[in-house]
Amino acid sequence: MEKGRVGMGLESHLGDNILTTTLTTMVNWARKSSLWPMPFGLACCAIEMMAVVAPRYDLARFGAEVFRFSPRQSDLMIVAGTLTYKMASVARRIYDQMPEPKWVIAMGACAVSGGVYNTYSVVQGLDQVMPVDVYLPGCPPRPEALIHAIMEIQKKIEKESL
Amino acid sequence: MDNDSIATLIKKYFPEAVAGLNIFRDELTLIVKKNCIVDIARFLKENEELDFNFLSDICGVDRVETDDVFEVVYHLYSIQKNHRVRLKVSVPPDEPCIPTVTGVWRTADWHERETYDMFGIKFDGHPDLRKILTPEDFEGHPLRKDYPLDGRQPATLRDTYRKGEA
Repeated sequence: MEKGRVGMGLESHLGDNILTTTLTTMVNWARKSSLWPMPFGLACCAIEMMAVVAPRYDLARFGAEVFRFSPRQSDLMIVAGTLTYKMASVARRIYDQMPEPKWVIAMGACAVSGGVYNTYSVVQGLDQVMPVDVYLPGCPPRPEALIHAIMEIQKKIEKESL
Repeated sequence: MDNDSIATLIKKYFPEAVAGLNIFRDELTLIVKKNCIVDIARFLKENEELDFNFLSDICGVDRVETDDVFEVVYHLYSIQKNHRVRLKVSVPPDEPCIPTVTGVWRTADWHERETYDMFGIKFDGHPDLRKILTPEDFEGHPLRKDYPLDGRQPATLRDTYRKGEA
């Protein structure tokens, strides 16, 4: 909690057991350390996403291992794969059902931009449907890349104000 | 049964309906006339030697530019006898209609709806010929060659879902 630490000589009076900080830093620290992802797997990217929660990559190290299949209990939506026109309304509804604050990762080339599918049925980028916080390229991205994307979300949360 | 005996048997019973035949890489393909498709289909299914009880696929092919026809392709398989056959039927592009085979294999229902949705080929006598894959307000048949590759409807979803956002 170094960043938000407000010393003002106070700590010398409080002893070693009490830290001082700001409310914003405290809340953001709690949020970023306990992300609850909403997996929205649409294609092969979802397989990499599953690998991330499995023991080899172990997303628990970043406090985000509790994948909830209910948007009501999630704050990070990971859209992994090709978003089609028919699926777009479903994706948006899931997003709308998530309580604030919430963040979104567009995982893979398809979710970022439509990828190779410049066709009649594929949405050319998830950001046509919902606000996206982190764009994660790759086809599919490796599990390390998804972890990196989640770490970028954590950095973003740190900088937010209440 | 091997491909040659299947072909001989079918030609014996339908000398008029089979317009052509080829065997490529050990796969038998019969070119069938449009009006005979239901009779041949029923024969293929009910003949005890052939026993084609599984219709694995129906699909369309757009050959309007090269041959001025749409093609409807049927893939049949016999689960008991473990043999296959492919039927191809040409359909004129100005009136793309063909009799349904839903009366022979019930599974033809959704296959024919898909072919209708993608190519606009109408299956006469189909019990419920609605589109099956494209969204309800989608117009046109996207697998036709004259449909634009990026013919998204609407072109972008931003106005639908993110209107008024910064």
